Amino acid sequence: MGDFNQINLTDAFVELIRRAATQLPADMENALNKAQEREDEGSAAKGAFETILKNVAMARQHSTPICQDTGTPIFEVKHPLGVSTRKLADHIRAAAALATERNYLRPNAVDSLTGENSGDNTGEDFPTMHFHEWDNAHIHVDVLLKGGGCENVSAQYKLPDARLKGGRDLDGVRRVVLDSVMQAQGKGCAPAVLGVAVGGDRGSSYIKSKQQLFRKLEDTNENEELAALEDRLYEETNELGIGPMGFGGKTSVLGVKIGTMHRLPASYFVSVAYMCWANRRAHMDVRLNGEEVEVQYA
Amino acid sequence: MRRVTIPISDEDIRSLKVGDIVYLNGVMMTGRDAAHKFMIEHFIRNEVQPEDAALHEELKTLLDGGVIYHCGPVEKFHDDGSYSFVAAGPTTSIREEVYQPEVIAHFNLKGVIGKGGMGANTLQACQDQPAVYFHAVGGAASLIAQAVKEVIKVNKLELGVPEAMWVIRVEDFPVVVTMDSHGDSIHEQVEARSREKFAELIA
Repeated sequence: MGDFNQINLTDAFVELIRRAATQLPADMENALNKAQEREDEGSAAKGAFETILKNVAMARQHSTPICQDTGTPIFEVKHPLGVSTRKLADHIRAAAALATERNYLRPNAVDSLTGENSGDNTGEDFPTMHFHEWDNAHIHVDVLLKGGGCENVSAQYKLPDARLKGGRDLDGVRRVVLDSVMQAQGKGCAPAVLGVAVGGDRGSSYIKSKQQLFRKLEDTNENEELAALEDRLYEETNELGIGPMGFGGKTSVLGVKIGTMHRLPASYFVSVAYMCWANRRAHMDVRLNGEEVEVQYA
Repeated sequence: MRRVTIPISDEDIRSLKVGDIVYLNGVMMTGRDAAHKFMIEHFIRNEVQPEDAALHEELKTLLDGGVIYHCGPVEKFHDDGSYSFVAAGPTTSIREEVYQPEVIAHFNLKGVIGKGGMGANTLQACQDQPAVYFHAVGGAASLIAQAVKEVIKVNKLELGVPEAMWVIRVEDFPVVVTMDSHGDSIHEQVEARSREKFAELIA
């Protein structure tokens, strides 16, 4: 039987990054197609969707980045007992450097004090990685490439919020999520997918909000109340009329995904991870079959 | 849809209105934060020093009636010393708001391309010059790179690949006019409408 600690997954991670950077997931492309059909003939909004869809097809065909801002690569890794996460982290860093050399990623890691670019997407706590042990025998990896424009318009609120008349309940959550989309206008490269976290502390809440972005658009929340709020927010955010790029139009948001965490009695945080239309997520499963290593991408 | 060729005449600029879909053709230059800061400090607010004079003259010709693109590309360096654009979507323009009006006036720019729109000072500069703000589709990096038919040269590569001034020839680069020379801004209009709706939704 093979051993995960004896195999080098660098090449598998490079391929995962390439797929994330160059191939938009099918559910996102379908949603963009439908959004394009809804806009009026000859409008700037329709033109924007046509350009987006052509770009998505071209990026896939030429294996070039969908967006030049290939963002912060965020890795969520689930692994069985006994796997060295230090080794996996080394492989992820090596893969980020190789993917940069091959132009799948733009050099995007800058020293916060000197401004110097490391040139290969590695650095202090870069890329972002979280490891979780689980009961399964295989390794599962989710990666998200989160661009800077949409990260800059992401937001955190604490309830109650007097300005928005939001209390510590789901109506308060609704109000702050609407406000975040209103504040963002087109600046985060609308239409967006919104990852929302309710609860936690300030740090855990932001991480949870980003993890929501791994859910497929058609995925329905298991909690009925949250499922209803996701639907309502999808309707209401689109009534704002911001449209693709803020040109005005019928689609400003493609999906809303809400997760919850336990919180302190004293705190009620709501974090909104605003993700641009280029919602670049990819997944991989790595299995050991005797001495064989099997890698599956999705 | 309209094709517009760079350099652009004042008459053409005045005929452009917010919401117009335009395909740009001709030679333009990329410039983002470091490039704008350099132009302001070395060409506009201070006397041009001898070591910068040649570049200043070159840009005065290139940008007269011309266009600056807010973009930090992914660049491929070829073995023969040439370059090509791999991915080249727009970056957020508002960071250049403090510099843009002076750069527009100094070089007689007819347009800037970027994303997210710009502020009141640039909107005023668009009326004065006249000039317009062209909005490219954020994230459409592969498509726009395909519209870049030639990388003619690069200036100030020492600022780094994203920040350097890349001189490029484009064909049918798709943009939308979102701020025109008549004082109209789609960004202001859309924000005002969404603010009204928002007030209803949280009433």
